[in-house]
Amino acid sequence: MTLAAATNENLAHISNVLVYSAMAVYTLAFLAHIAEWVFGSRSAVGRTAAALTAPATPAVTVTTAKSAQSGGTAVLERPKVVTRSAPGSRDVPDGPGAAGGSEKGDLYGRIAVSLTVLAFALHVGGVLSRALSVQRAPWGNMYEFSTTFAMAAVGVYLGLLLAKKNVRWLGLPLTTSILLDLGLAVSVLYTDSDQLVPALHSYWLWIHVSCAILSGAALWVGATSSLFYLFRDSHELRAAEGRPAGAWDNVLSRLPSAATLDKFAYRINATVFPLWTFTIIAGAIWAEAAWGRYWGWDPKEVWSFITWVAYACYLHARATAGWKGRKAAYLALLAFACYLFNYYGVNILLSGKHSYAGV
Amino acid sequence: MAKTDKSASAPAPEESEAGAAGASMSTAPAEDRGQAMPGSFGGVRAPGALGWLAWSAREATGWVRWCWRQLTSMRVALLLLFLLSLATIPGSLVPQTGVDQLKAEQWQKEHESLAPLYEKLGLFHVYSSVWFSAIYILLFVSLIGCIVPRTWKFVGQLRGRPPAAPRHLDRMPAHATWRTEAEPEQVLAAAGRLLKRRRFRTETAAGSVGGEKGYLREAGNLLFHISLIVLLVAFASGQLWKSEGGKLVVEGDGFANTLTQYDDFKAGSLFDADDLDPFEFDLDSFSGTYERTGPQKGTPRDYAAHVTYRDKPGAPRRKATIKVNEPLETSRSKVYLIGHGYAPMVTVRDGKGDIAFRGPIPSLPLDSNVTETSVLKVADYRDKDGKPDDLGFQGNFVPTLDLRTGTMFSQFPALDNPRLVLTAYRGSLGVDSGVPQSVYQLDTTKMKQFKNEDGRAFAQAMKVGDTMTLPDGAGSLHFDGIRQWATFQVSQKPGNATALAGAVAALIGLAGSLFIQRRRVWVRAVKGADGTTVVELAGLGRSESARLPEELADLAAALQPDAPPVAAGDGDDDATDAGDDATDDAREGASPAPEAPAETSEGARA
Ligand code: HEM
Repeated sequence: MTLAAATNENLAHISNVLVYSAMAVYTLAFLAHIAEWVFGSRSAVGRTAAALTAPATPAVTVTTAKSAQSGGTAVLERPKVVTRSAPGSRDVPDGPGAAGGSEKGDLYGRIAVSLTVLAFALHVGGVLSRALSVQRAPWGNMYEFSTTFAMAAVGVYLGLLLAKKNVRWLGLPLTTSILLDLGLAVSVLYTDSDQLVPALHSYWLWIHVSCAILSGAALWVGATSSLFYLFRDSHELRAAEGRPAGAWDNVLSRLPSAATLDKFAYRINATVFPLWTFTIIAGAIWAEAAWGRYWGWDPKEVWSFITWVAYACYLHARATAGWKGRKAAYLALLAFACYLFNYYGVNILLSGKHSYAGV
Repeated sequence: MAKTDKSASAPAPEESEAGAAGASMSTAPAEDRGQAMPGSFGGVRAPGALGWLAWSAREATGWVRWCWRQLTSMRVALLLLFLLSLATIPGSLVPQTGVDQLKAEQWQKEHESLAPLYEKLGLFHVYSSVWFSAIYILLFVSLIGCIVPRTWKFVGQLRGRPPAAPRHLDRMPAHATWRTEAEPEQVLAAAGRLLKRRRFRTETAAGSVGGEKGYLREAGNLLFHISLIVLLVAFASGQLWKSEGGKLVVEGDGFANTLTQYDDFKAGSLFDADDLDPFEFDLDSFSGTYERTGPQKGTPRDYAAHVTYRDKPGAPRRKATIKVNEPLETSRSKVYLIGHGYAPMVTVRDGKGDIAFRGPIPSLPLDSNVTETSVLKVADYRDKDGKPDDLGFQGNFVPTLDLRTGTMFSQFPALDNPRLVLTAYRGSLGVDSGVPQSVYQLDTTKMKQFKNEDGRAFAQAMKVGDTMTLPDGAGSLHFDGIRQWATFQVSQKPGNATALAGAVAALIGLAGSLFIQRRRVWVRAVKGADGTTVVELAGLGRSESARLPEELADLAAALQPDAPPVAAGDGDDDATDAGDDATDDAREGASPAPEAPAETSEGARA
């Protein structure tokens, strides 16, 4: 009994050390990303890209596995698929990325990504050892929720990178947010490792909370994309109308185009929406088992519902002419603000059945 | 509504062609971007009363139809959805009587000036208030008004065929072209087979084949919206027919599900007492474990109520364990474990030595370490002269006494060192006065406290087995033992299964709606001027998707064995132009071609 308690305390201690180490490495990654942007701003390519010239070659070859093998006889030509943007949208190419074509910047960018991978490994270790020390899912209080949430966000980002998506520009906002989130977790929200109150004993904890965390992490990516879409969109508008360049044009010109950012945000949000829906349904099933009603307008339930309706609003806005673009992006940001409020605001300001274990 | 939004302004010329090719790819209502005030629907008004009547009727139906169109438009749906999320907020900020009655009452006491205003606005019961109901009812009327026409439209689309290839395939979002020596008919036949094999619905026209796929997207979307209605109905019926009651049961006692047995009970407005599920159960034992060490010492870890139950009188008895997350499910009800505490068991003897009371002392927990207040009223009592009178006991029970300080606040919630401290009164309990009394409160106004010889108030701390002897031979109280009690909530809610089914259907529909792409593909093969065949492929999706160009490239690659490209020599642009020239006259019914806009590369993005 005492022996087990000692190993648990050891594990909890190891977990804390790992989380702090991860924060240190994230800080290095953050600095490397800054270097990436700084070198990028000096590069010649970055400056030319700022002029928003259209690309010389409009055609893209989409190579598929099949087309590469097609026919043993002299393959003469692969099918070339020419794509074009939807009518009405601006024809602006994607920016060159944070490094803006500067080799040094690119090197720093790669270093930043490697550091992020390392920090992620430490972070996973921290979360896992915390889980082992309490012998349950590490989502019993806000400290644990925050650390896992940050881990999931980095995981989503690295996953998108692995899938060869154009998301390296996310590196700086990501490391910034992660450091803020973890900083808040270890200082304000820290809770010693401990067991759960009986109401939290359920396998629905695994299902419901893990879905909530994953949804939030992905929605974070969507919201960041929407936010940068708004900046980049006004940047493009300024350039198109020939108005004088703003202070941030050098930075904004290196982002993907507004159309790309908007589409990316939509895809993320649309993909996560069913998962968020499932999160709420799973929560309702759990509430039915724990409290005897699947829906009782508890503050947490209310805000999950508001978040859900806000995202439904966003999806509707995308499907309604006249509401696409900036208005939809504002809705997406509002919806994510609801998610955040549901997490920080409701846990700290409003009390309900969902408040457990200190904070 | 003045339009200032750029993207909402008159459609670009090329949009009309894409519009024809993309027509009826969705059942979304066409956006009515027109005027807010439609002017007169009545048209010309003939002179005389009859003319006026006819005009008014036309005007009225016109307005009704206009309102209905507005209500069921996407714009209003969006607005109502937005309003719904806004309207939901106050209920999370102001305590709701339906969620936490005590908290709401306390809030009202603390905010005396605001409370009446809030009450008028319905802010203490937002989710049943008039304005909240108005929003969601309008939303659901809009939803029904949206689903019905969309369903008809969708059925029509299911019977329809993909539209003919648009004139300028190279203006579609994704396009590919090459030349081949194969004959056009061969290429088209191969393309038709290919599309069919890939489960496209195909339609062959002169010189081209069209295919369409992804109808399930629309089906999913309709299923999702219909499920929302199912969910609402299930939720509403649950509220109307539900019943919920609380009951405290001491170990060894039982409960039978009838109205009279409940300590408290509430039910929906359409509930009927005959609907109660006639089950019974006995609480055999209760166990609780608590954190022994660390900063959260005393926090409960596990509660379990062990019961024997039967579904109805006469049915076989079965054993079950009720835990916090694991209610007992009888045929139509669920029994939840809500709380627990301790009941000291005592025997009270009167002045003659006869048993005046034997059983548990009702005790209420005050804190998380289960310090309890205990009150016992003994009405069936005679003093040593045989004169009838009342006895009252009042005090505290603690499961774990702090031996160092002796404070009557329990140090731990488990029975580590239990003590019962009582003082006693004699006189009239006032139970016959007709005023309902709480069993947990002793009214001592007409009673006299027993005193020690030295004149101080009589009180005694007892361990299990101890006896408290009242002064002057007035009797005694023996502390027999301790039993635990548990409170249960019994709830009966029809519509839970329907709600679950609705939620699952909504999820399936949503996944179909968001992950399935509705798309069209056209293949055109026409003899060019130089005698080779120009093959053109184009794709159009309902929503911009990164997968469309990939799928098109895939189709092109799969088609190439049947239409091997001729050696690269002349560039692509020539090929496209040649194709355009050669096929311009062959096509009919397409809109006039505008100037081709600059093309951008998009496939490489995202
Ligand atoms: C009760 C609240 C409602 C919710 C939560 C809701 C939710 C959604 C969601 C999440 C989508 C996205 C699916 C997609 O993009 O394919 C959607 C699509 C759609 N909704 Fe709703 N909806 C509601 C009410 C309505 C109403 C009242 C209407 C009719 C006016 C409507 C018409 C549509 C249409 C036409 C689409 C498809 C848009 C498209 O094809 O891209 N919805 N809805």
